[in-house]
Amino acid sequence: MSYTISDIKELKRKALDVRANILKMLPPGKVGHLGGSASAADIVSALYFKHMKLYEDPKDDRRDRCIFSKGHAVLAQYACLVELGYFDRSELEKLKTLNGILQGHPDNKLTPGIEAVTGSLGQGLSISVGMALGLQLEGNGARVYCIVGDGELAEGQIWEAAMAASTYACDNVCAILDYNGVQATGSTKEIFPIRDIREKWNAFGWYTIEIDGHDIEQILSALEEAGQVKGKPTMIIAHTTKGKGFAFAENNAYFHNGYMTEAQHKQAVDMLSAMRMEA
Amino acid sequence: MYLSLRQAYGQALVELGQNKSVVVLEADLGKSTMSSEFQSIYPDRYFQMGIAEQNMASVAAGMALTGRVAFINSFAVFTAGRAYDQIRSSICIPALNVNICGSSAGLSDYGDGKTHQSVEDIATMRVLPNMTVLSPVDAVETKLMVRAMMEKAGPCYLRINRNELPVYTSEKEKYYIGKMTLLREGSDVVVFATGVMVSKAMDAAGILEKEGVSIRVVNVSTIKPLDKTALRNFCVGMKGIVTAEEHSTIGGLGSAICEALSEDRVAVELVGINDEFGISAENYELILEHYGLTSGAIVENVRKVLRIVKH
Repeated sequence: MSYTISDIKELKRKALDVRANILKMLPPGKVGHLGGSASAADIVSALYFKHMKLYEDPKDDRRDRCIFSKGHAVLAQYACLVELGYFDRSELEKLKTLNGILQGHPDNKLTPGIEAVTGSLGQGLSISVGMALGLQLEGNGARVYCIVGDGELAEGQIWEAAMAASTYACDNVCAILDYNGVQATGSTKEIFPIRDIREKWNAFGWYTIEIDGHDIEQILSALEEAGQVKGKPTMIIAHTTKGKGFAFAENNAYFHNGYMTEAQHKQAVDMLSAMRMEA
Repeated sequence: MYLSLRQAYGQALVELGQNKSVVVLEADLGKSTMSSEFQSIYPDRYFQMGIAEQNMASVAAGMALTGRVAFINSFAVFTAGRAYDQIRSSICIPALNVNICGSSAGLSDYGDGKTHQSVEDIATMRVLPNMTVLSPVDAVETKLMVRAMMEKAGPCYLRINRNELPVYTSEKEKYYIGKMTLLREGSDVVVFATGVMVSKAMDAAGILEKEGVSIRVVNVSTIKPLDKTALRNFCVGMKGIVTAEEHSTIGGLGSAICEALSEDRVAVELVGINDEFGISAENYELILEHYGLTSGAIVENVRKVLRIVKH
């Protein structure tokens, strides 16, 4: 399937909206996971605004599911769900407050459109595999998309899930690795370098695709390609930049879970405006 | 009559299999847990997950999120222990209908030793919000519990003994989660016991009767939620309480009862494992003796309660 230029342009604008929503959730001085949310922003935009089958009712059985196994980056997901009208915009500024419905990590009981409880790393991919098996049992053709972090690959459970998905030939599972090279306390090279990532997924029986995770066209065509794969799950290795779109936060581990100053927040808003002019 | 609890569990799963929502997952111990009986009849709803309990727990959560009723199976140490965070986060926070079988619980896998014996699973499961914790006394109750677990919306933990145990429950009686059963009436001290220790309490009652001490024996097979009103009613007219469990006295049934009755200023003695791990033994009775999980220990503690009350 090919996409029209207007599709791509629209999605690029949507990805800016997503980043703008993230900024609304993280006003100056409020600590939050900016880096990993921004690195996943283009991926979720392609998923939520173009690729996934979604319905007005966020619980519609036919829907495709998206699970953030790297649950801390859920801000990117909230930013999409609010655009879909699943909850009110006023919730964005209530992120991580007692009166809000947007928790620090995904909670399906509290937030419409969130599919599971994740955040304890490594569990989301297993949950996705379980959903995929459940959907297969009921003959439901919906697909399950799972966003995994590269730091998260150190969790042993990821590889347990990887084996289970290929053993059970879960071709309705598509994982997307947000390969941004930075984890909580430094670069993955410094903290815990994981070698031969693509080879590992191949060895675990997955079909792999490698793309630029900020190139909307590449993301869309990879998702399409994954949909054609039969008999095995797909891993899309998406090369991304942590904090993408906000120069001061890019590749900066501080913004894994830091706060913006007044000046940085203004700079971030200005950068988005400038990008909007170009888009 | 002695019957195997795990055999009853396996048969119960097969019966539940008529409900097409039921799925069974196991981690290469299906022949021990007897969950594998389900496989021969419903192979499409039986999932061998390999020796990967953490993944099994979260996969079951995913299945539950698509409307399945999942039963996950392994030894108690590997479900309640190894997969603790997965049970906590993937299953208990969203309160999913995932039922967790902790088989070969307590010291019942007497030969395999401390790595395989679970003396702390009641504690780790009981502390989790949304979790129901069940500890059947016999094969009949096990079977009734498994159906109740399926019907209950949230997560349940079922602690199953590996060995054949005497039967006290009748299939004709109505079972519900939370049920506490009076097995023997008495007038001096009430013994709240769970699992294999119920039979030890019944033996103790016989011994004490000869010295003119009368104990009431109650089977507490729902550890959580603990029915405080029922507990209090069983304490009416009693001089004190003895609890008995094949589990650490930290965080188990005894702790739960002390927490529930803390306002009542009642004398309580706990029979259980004293903050230590298990050990390999020749047979089940020997290991129970080694840890003081005997009718004699219950007798001693009943006497102790009576001495305390006298002073």
